[in-house]
Amino acid sequence: MLLDGLRDAGYGLIGPMRRDGAIVFDEIDGVADLPRGWTDEQEGGRYRLRERSDGAFFGFAHGPESLKRHLHVPHQELWRAERRDGGLDIVQVAPEAPRRAFIGARACDIHAVAIQDRVLTGGAYADPHYAARRRDVFIVAVNCGEPGGTCFCASMDAGPRATGGFDIALTELMDGGRHDLLLEPGSEAGRALLATLPAREASEADRKAAAAVTDTANRKMGRRLDAARAREMLSRVPEHPRWEEVADRCLSCGNCTQVCPTCFCTTEVDSSDLAVSTASRARQWDSCFTLDFSMLHGGPVRHSTRARYRQWMTHKLATWHEQFGTAGCVGCGRCITWCPVGIDITEETAAMTAREETP
Amino acid sequence: MVPRPGRVRRRSRETANVWTLELEPDGDGAEPGQFHMLYAMGVGEVPISVSGTSRDGGMVHTIRDAGAVSRALAGLRPGAGLGVRGPFGTGWPLAEAEGRDVVVMAGGIGLAPLRPVLRRLTGRGGKARRVALLYGARSPADLLYPRELDRWRARGAIVEVTVDHAVGGWDGKVGVVTALLGPGLFEPSRSLAMICGPEVMMRFSVAALMDLGMPAASIYVSLERNMKCAVGHCGHCQLGGTFVCRDGPVFRYDRAAPLLGVREL
Repeated sequence: MLLDGLRDAGYGLIGPMRRDGAIVFDEIDGVADLPRGWTDEQEGGRYRLRERSDGAFFGFAHGPESLKRHLHVPHQELWRAERRDGGLDIVQVAPEAPRRAFIGARACDIHAVAIQDRVLTGGAYADPHYAARRRDVFIVAVNCGEPGGTCFCASMDAGPRATGGFDIALTELMDGGRHDLLLEPGSEAGRALLATLPAREASEADRKAAAAVTDTANRKMGRRLDAARAREMLSRVPEHPRWEEVADRCLSCGNCTQVCPTCFCTTEVDSSDLAVSTASRARQWDSCFTLDFSMLHGGPVRHSTRARYRQWMTHKLATWHEQFGTAGCVGCGRCITWCPVGIDITEETAAMTAREETP
Repeated sequence: MVPRPGRVRRRSRETANVWTLELEPDGDGAEPGQFHMLYAMGVGEVPISVSGTSRDGGMVHTIRDAGAVSRALAGLRPGAGLGVRGPFGTGWPLAEAEGRDVVVMAGGIGLAPLRPVLRRLTGRGGKARRVALLYGARSPADLLYPRELDRWRARGAIVEVTVDHAVGGWDGKVGVVTALLGPGLFEPSRSLAMICGPEVMMRFSVAALMDLGMPAASIYVSLERNMKCAVGHCGHCQLGGTFVCRDGPVFRYDRAAPLLGVREL
């Protein structure tokens, strides 16, 4: 009913669906596309789907994709240039502003959107493409009852309960054999849509049951990270023998940056026709783990894996605060799950703070 | 941000692989030390600092052909089109030069972003007490703007030049640029330094200036990092918690010091 209401209001639906052995975040037609009765097992370098017997709609943590793929898209054409009268004619590619509803966004991913808002639209220059895709978005949050083995949103104050940034928040209640959805508005648009649904008023018992869902999730959180201590240590001690050790394992593949819901770095590429009479400039996701990322005329600034891993982790937990006033990590744990060798940011920070050495 | 169409008005050769392009004026009001993103059709875009302004406001850029994009830009003929974004970044602290002894230290192409500084300080409105330029290049053939070096000298600036390799009848100084520093160039309590060159040259220059008593807060350096967007969105130019495109490229040394002291940061 909720999804029908959104579609009637002109929203395209983006939600979780099972594809290629994972739960992805893509266009759905309706409830039938949701990965009902599936859950995920996540550990360092490991992700598996498993059937669950209770028929839960949102009984999983999350897949590799977040809202980032739809708001800060992997490939965005920026402008086109054409030779004219000996000079150049340059035209901006018009930003696209699709009207879309995101179904089942977790608290961590909603926090990640707020973080990307600050990066891409919060400064002196607002990115027109991101701003346009962001503008007409309806977010249906799901309060998380099933954190993954690599999750640590509670440590980053980013979950498991959605506390803002949504239009409707949904909690799946399955206590005592029932299967209800508790819906709470988070905006005027959410309130208006809820008023059209034939739902009964939630009881005090329903609210308690909903609170119990996220309380349980909080206890089941697979990982912890001492964010304040990590930030302090990383700001003060740039050199640490642990960087060498993690670099021995790190493949510098960039998987962590691609699945991270806050990683925003992009590069720009040109393509042209053979005569170079027309050209197109586009930006695409990049990763600080590539050598090319820091390339200058004399070679890359960060030529060692050690330096590239340090850049990534220090940025997430320390320098992001200087730049944007918050951490750049929401504790979703995707970087741990999707690392081919299972490098674990919570383990690395714990090892570094435990064995701190000043050069 | 979309580039505006620009056009080359004049092109002159500085050395074997360095060219200066003067663009048609388009109302751009870049300050010395700032840079533009210059786009070569179908090849790409790179940050190039402003090396001067023509009498009627045309932006001047001095470009070393070091990669595909800079080579394409350096090869543009008068009348050719290019894309221009900017100006971006922080400028040199010209307002602080009044009444002070200004030491400008440049290595190689690093003289380009400092040329507008020297032009202003040695020009009619220049308010510095003394101006000294210490400039190092690889070889005599790599020296930029030789006629202007003489002009600044004629206007009262101290201009000292050194090269790494003396060839072709060079009878000037040979060695690193810090060897040009000596007592009497500046009074530490009323001094100001602006430095641009390879990072290692800047680190040694700063150390030498501080040895002579200049405080870190009187020293400015211009840093270079990979840049794609120039507006703090692409992440490439991060140096610690800074974005060089936005917080730099000109940094006061007390801010830059912790960033330059860590290898591969």
